[in-house]
Amino acid sequence: MKAKSVAIENLAGTSADPRSFDRRSFLKCALASGAALGTGKLAAPAAAVPMAATSALSGAATQSDAQFTFEARFYEKLPGRKIRCKLCPRECIVGDKERGYCGVRENRGGTYFTLVHSRVCAAHIDPIEKKPLFHYLPGTNAFSIATAGCNVNCKFCQNWDISQSRPEEIPADYISPHQAAAVAQQYNCPTIAYTYSEPVVFAEYLMDTADAGHAAGVRSIVVSNGYMQHDALEQAYGKMDAVKIDLKAFTESYYAKVVTGQLKPVLETLVTLRKMGKWTEIVYLVIPTLNDDETEFRGLAQWIKANLGPDVPLHFTQFHPEYLLKNLPITPVPTLERAKAIADAEGLHYVYIGNVPGHPSQNTYCPQCRKMLVERVGFTASKMLIRKDSTCPFCRHKIPGIWHA
Amino acid sequence: MTAMRSASRREFLRQCLTGAAALSTSQLAPAQQAAQTAKSTKSRVVVARDPMLRGTGSTVDAGRMQALLDRAMQALFNRGHSGESPLAAWRRLVGPGDRVGLKVNTLGGRGISSNLSLVEAICERLQQAGIKPGDIVVWDRDSDEMERAGFKLATGGDRVQCFGTDRADYEEDLSAYGSVGSRLSRILTRYTNVLINVPVLKDHDGAGVTIALKNMYGVIHNPNKYHPNGCDPYIADLNMLPEIRSRMKLVVCDATTAMYEGGPGFKPKHSWKADSLLVSQDPVALDSTGWQTIERKRAEMGLKTLEAEKRAPRYIATAADSEHRLGHCDPSRIAVVEG
Ligand code: SF4
Repeated sequence: MKAKSVAIENLAGTSADPRSFDRRSFLKCALASGAALGTGKLAAPAAAVPMAATSALSGAATQSDAQFTFEARFYEKLPGRKIRCKLCPRECIVGDKERGYCGVRENRGGTYFTLVHSRVCAAHIDPIEKKPLFHYLPGTNAFSIATAGCNVNCKFCQNWDISQSRPEEIPADYISPHQAAAVAQQYNCPTIAYTYSEPVVFAEYLMDTADAGHAAGVRSIVVSNGYMQHDALEQAYGKMDAVKIDLKAFTESYYAKVVTGQLKPVLETLVTLRKMGKWTEIVYLVIPTLNDDETEFRGLAQWIKANLGPDVPLHFTQFHPEYLLKNLPITPVPTLERAKAIADAEGLHYVYIGNVPGHPSQNTYCPQCRKMLVERVGFTASKMLIRKDSTCPFCRHKIPGIWHA
Repeated sequence: MTAMRSASRREFLRQCLTGAAALSTSQLAPAQQAAQTAKSTKSRVVVARDPMLRGTGSTVDAGRMQALLDRAMQALFNRGHSGESPLAAWRRLVGPGDRVGLKVNTLGGRGISSNLSLVEAICERLQQAGIKPGDIVVWDRDSDEMERAGFKLATGGDRVQCFGTDRADYEEDLSAYGSVGSRLSRILTRYTNVLINVPVLKDHDGAGVTIALKNMYGVIHNPNKYHPNGCDPYIADLNMLPEIRSRMKLVVCDATTAMYEGGPGFKPKHSWKADSLLVSQDPVALDSTGWQTIERKRAEMGLKTLEAEKRAPRYIATAADSEHRLGHCDPSRIAVVEG
């Protein structure tokens, strides 16, 4: 059984159906990085990876369920063979033979198991800009993987076919942590990205893969909703080198109705990540009529500035009708521009507009001299001028981020 | 049909569900669509018991099970027609050309899953009512789970079909009522036009009880998304889906073994041999009645009520509310009949 079509979130630069790629298509289509970073030269052109060179993945094989089943790390046992999951704020109390809300963790006789360790249902080599992480190793590729499952149920999810499914319902391949690290190395990916579905629910696999990657000199990044308990966050995302958090709105009511989650724990996650010193970027998907109120944009920007500082990149991205919100229109570009203008006016230094191909606000500008420092075309950093010491080449202003490997 | 042929068919059925055999088609008269009398404003729930269901042993006697089912169906459908055969009841429900799915519940393994003898008895009567064996499918979510509960898988051929949705997949498109969308089992949508719901009677740590309405969690690809807030309003919402609602014609709840605490996984110490069936066309009334059965047992065992434990099955009232109208939960609108 081969892994199913793969969905890619935050499709900047194209309106094509992300499911048009199969899991292995990344091997054919991946862009070899090759960008001469820091020199201002254009990135090298796309290079197809020959199928013959896929040995690391060709060893990946579909295994029995037992292969993917490991005791979970974040839970406590309760009387009557029940357990309380301590991974995310839901704190599911799960009876014997039942699963938690995310559908990928199961109580078997009073012991809680993850069913998705090494059970990869989506894998690609993506430009890191697609995550999007704009201030972290621009112009590089990330070996991007996912398992089934999610601890929320966003009505706009682009990847609902994997995020809202149980693992046994989706074709998947066994890719061990060491295999994942080997593939990343083989394809010159400085990072492994945990993405597409919700990495919170495959925390054990993420942790083990991050360890394997670090041992092999490969970093780890995560694209997450941040809906996680404090201890799990520190332990799991403590192993990450960069984090992108989808802050889906700035009201609890939106989180309750549209996300089936809560805002407060996500804000706490952002503050904790800040204290941990993790490089963090925030994406806010703007959905017409649901979270596009100016006061909400302003409140969000003020909160970020006060709690995280003005240098955290904030991406306002365009919504495309999907899943249970097919009745709403695409976000008008002027709405995104208004959001950016408000956040700029509140004093945030790096506010981007995403999913709008060719928009000038997908480039990075120096907040001091206003010169363009990183030019992006689609998912590619086509020009990168930031110096090795992370300063603007024109005015020497320090530009926060990890710009060079 | 003679008793002997009937017994022989039962043997065939047993082989179909526990082994493998082909059945011939019954050529019987067309059935009427059964329904509760239009004049009645009450929903009927038949509770049929047989203290000797297991004879002197511990397993259910197939012959007595057939008789118990017949009694229950006659009590439900043949009011005023006491002389009618049990088959008349089934003919009110289904007829030749129908494709009938029996949604069993096998989560509890051999300890507490839809009883095999009951399923065989239903299949027996369906065929006598004119349904081709190949047009009957006994199904649940997962084939392995079904096997663990004692069912023998059977696909293809002129025999009762028996397999899980893992063999048929879920629809690609979402169906949604309320806040959650789901992909429905293709067994429901593509193999059947009539659904007979064959749940078990169990306590449930989240929902309070799991009986007929919650058994539909086995129809969707993402039941885990329906568990918050004691499954309320998710159970009611799910049962509103037209694909489910339009097909569900009958609930035959297996209460041969039931659980009053510790569910949904099987806990022998919290189960009891109730040796009964609950049968109705109103899943809300049946769940309401089943809930009271569990409460009586809890009281007998010295346990608090589910309400006191803060896990009363509120979804039952939601299923009956003005938005859902899936049936009645008000006791004054339910006629509980001893079968
Ligand atoms: S990670 Fe899954 S099982 Fe654990 S609390 Fe969150 S939703 Fe529930």
